[in-house]
Amino acid sequence: MTVLEHDFTETAERPAVEKKVGDRTVRMTADQLEAFGAELDAIRDWVIADLGERDADYIRGMVKAQRGLEISGRAMLFLPPLWPVGTVLLGLSKIIDNMEIGHNVMHGQYDWMGDPNLKGQVFEWDTACPADQWRHSHNYMHHTYTNIVDMDRDIGYGILRMSKDQKWSPYFLGNPVYAFLLMVLFQYGVALHELETEKIRAGDISVRDKKDVLREIWAKTKKQTLKDYVAFPLLAGPFAPFVFAGNMTANLMRNVWAFMIIFCGHFPEGTQEFTVEETKAETRGQWYFRQILGSANLSGGKWFHILSGNLSFQIEHHLFPDLPAHRYAELSTEVKEICERYGIPYNTGPLHKQFASVVRKICRLALP
Amino acid sequence: MFTQTSPRGFARRVLRSPLVSVLTGPHGVDAYTELVDRAWTDREARATIVTARRTTPRSVTLTLRPNAPCARVCSEFRAGGHVSVSVEIDGRRHTRTYSPANVEGSDLIELTVGRHDGGRVSTFLNDFAHPGMVVGIGTPGATFELDRTAQRMLFVSGGSGITPVMSMVRTLRAEGSTADIAFVHYARTPEDAVYARELAAMPGVRVLHGYTRSGAGDLDGHVSAEHLRLAQPDPDAVYVCGPPQLADAVLAQHPGAQTESFVPPSFDTAESSGGRVRFADSGVDVEDDGRPLLEQAEAAGLNPESGCRMGICHSCTRRKTTGAVKNLISGVVSTAADEDIQICVTAPVGDVELAL
Repeated sequence: MTVLEHDFTETAERPAVEKKVGDRTVRMTADQLEAFGAELDAIRDWVIADLGERDADYIRGMVKAQRGLEISGRAMLFLPPLWPVGTVLLGLSKIIDNMEIGHNVMHGQYDWMGDPNLKGQVFEWDTACPADQWRHSHNYMHHTYTNIVDMDRDIGYGILRMSKDQKWSPYFLGNPVYAFLLMVLFQYGVALHELETEKIRAGDISVRDKKDVLREIWAKTKKQTLKDYVAFPLLAGPFAPFVFAGNMTANLMRNVWAFMIIFCGHFPEGTQEFTVEETKAETRGQWYFRQILGSANLSGGKWFHILSGNLSFQIEHHLFPDLPAHRYAELSTEVKEICERYGIPYNTGPLHKQFASVVRKICRLALP
Repeated sequence: MFTQTSPRGFARRVLRSPLVSVLTGPHGVDAYTELVDRAWTDREARATIVTARRTTPRSVTLTLRPNAPCARVCSEFRAGGHVSVSVEIDGRRHTRTYSPANVEGSDLIELTVGRHDGGRVSTFLNDFAHPGMVVGIGTPGATFELDRTAQRMLFVSGGSGITPVMSMVRTLRAEGSTADIAFVHYARTPEDAVYARELAAMPGVRVLHGYTRSGAGDLDGHVSAEHLRLAQPDPDAVYVCGPPQLADAVLAQHPGAQTESFVPPSFDTAESSGGRVRFADSGVDVEDDGRPLLEQAEAAGLNPESGCRMGICHSCTRRKTTGAVKNLISGVVSTAADEDIQICVTAPVGDVELAL
């Protein structure tokens, strides 16, 4: 913690960043920021140089596991006594497809392999949101402008108040209700993200401006609905209601799980928001600094991390969004050590604790 | 060739039906069938190695069974042409062009891959190719155009340049050509001469071997005007495939010869920039100024899709068709053809062509 005690008046060096986190103030000079950035760059370079068969085997193994879960889950749903098992397997398949495979592949984490089926720019996932829109709103907007109020639309997704810096209006009295609805309908919430409903509500744009976006969303949602709620149930003949209900439950499982993991990424107690002013002309070190302060990790076992798509290592993911996510666990030791040395808080905790603080925040911010 | 039996045609119709497409969306039916067999795909052309024979110390001869889409694209293969072959080495896909040696219209693809020192794919295939291995195959292209009206034909090849010539000679034999065929092949030593036994047994083809390191062949040492005269004094069609020196030597005697040279890619890291950057799709080319390709494209008035401009969001990824580039974050220089690069953090090293 020597860095925290650094005497800025004595060296007459002005801190390049200064951020109040809880009851302490984190300060870093331009030199420190540069050294800090270089250390993180070095980790990134090392991993890039080390990419190889191990990473390829990992993601292919995941794809195989997901397809296996999907096929066995859907098959079991045709046999009513196996309904609970089939539903859980299909739910797990959708979770792995969206989180550990889809989200990560679409970040370009496996582009270096040159495999067209694992290419970030063309991958499509098993959810209502069209992959192309996700790549824009998530990879570019959210990851570049992480936690900058009025720039990162992931702060509240245009429907919730998740930061006290967002202006309150009576609409936000419904914050907990909107959040609950978003949780159970998460795949549709994600699908509608690029529609920018808050701008439509404010009258800045009209629905007509979003015609193409809507058409894409409808095309993808239609296919997904046809598959889960028409084609597979009909194939089951007399057992159609079971298949329908199983698919719906599997989708719900994925929705609730994804919502919980994702909301724990940037909203738990202690994560910081930034202003546009603060982040003007950011250096790479400052960008890293913001990513760490704006993100929070979840602690847990190996399977917990896999099912969360390794978004449980949200800090590492935001530092290195295009490095294969299965490596975040290894990198976290080094990242944590670096943070400690520079006096930067490293926010982590178990799911129940982090999620509880998110729920508290959702309720608290419903009021002015 | 590559005839489709009706059960297979039926299976294909089922797999391509709209119902199956809905049921297997969004990944598609190939994503499931390929887990059973890597070569069971309806869209991607792949082939399975059936035999891998190492008949000389520095080459491997592979026969490959194409899958259905591969058979469809390979029906365009003409004797003396080439295909691209993709293999995965240490997690990365690498693609190289090879000339199959098989007869035109064959059900199987035959490749003979010579080992090039430092050549990643050729070394890999020589060391590790085995029956059951699946490789990707790209659409065939034409290298040589076989003249079926010629009467006095001269084929010249060096090293692994023998393969397109084998394909043409085998095709002529299979078609019962009456042409007078002379075939001059240069190898390092008798041990290195691939297809020597098959050629020796081939009726109606005059085969002359030259051994550049050991001597003691039908011809002495490297190619000469004398060798060519000896093989076919007055040819009306000449084909040559091998190192550039061989092609040049033959061209000096027969300016009308069809030639193909393979040059191992070489790259000098000390040489930086000064090259031309060609944005092929826009028909714009500019002189490299050392900045990232994205900035150079914008300076040239183009407006490619981009995002974070720091190499994390991959919105700007574009296909580099040829040339060497340097990743400004990792410092890695790559020369591979048809490679996807992030143009916001990639600068040219010499001439570069980009699909943009």
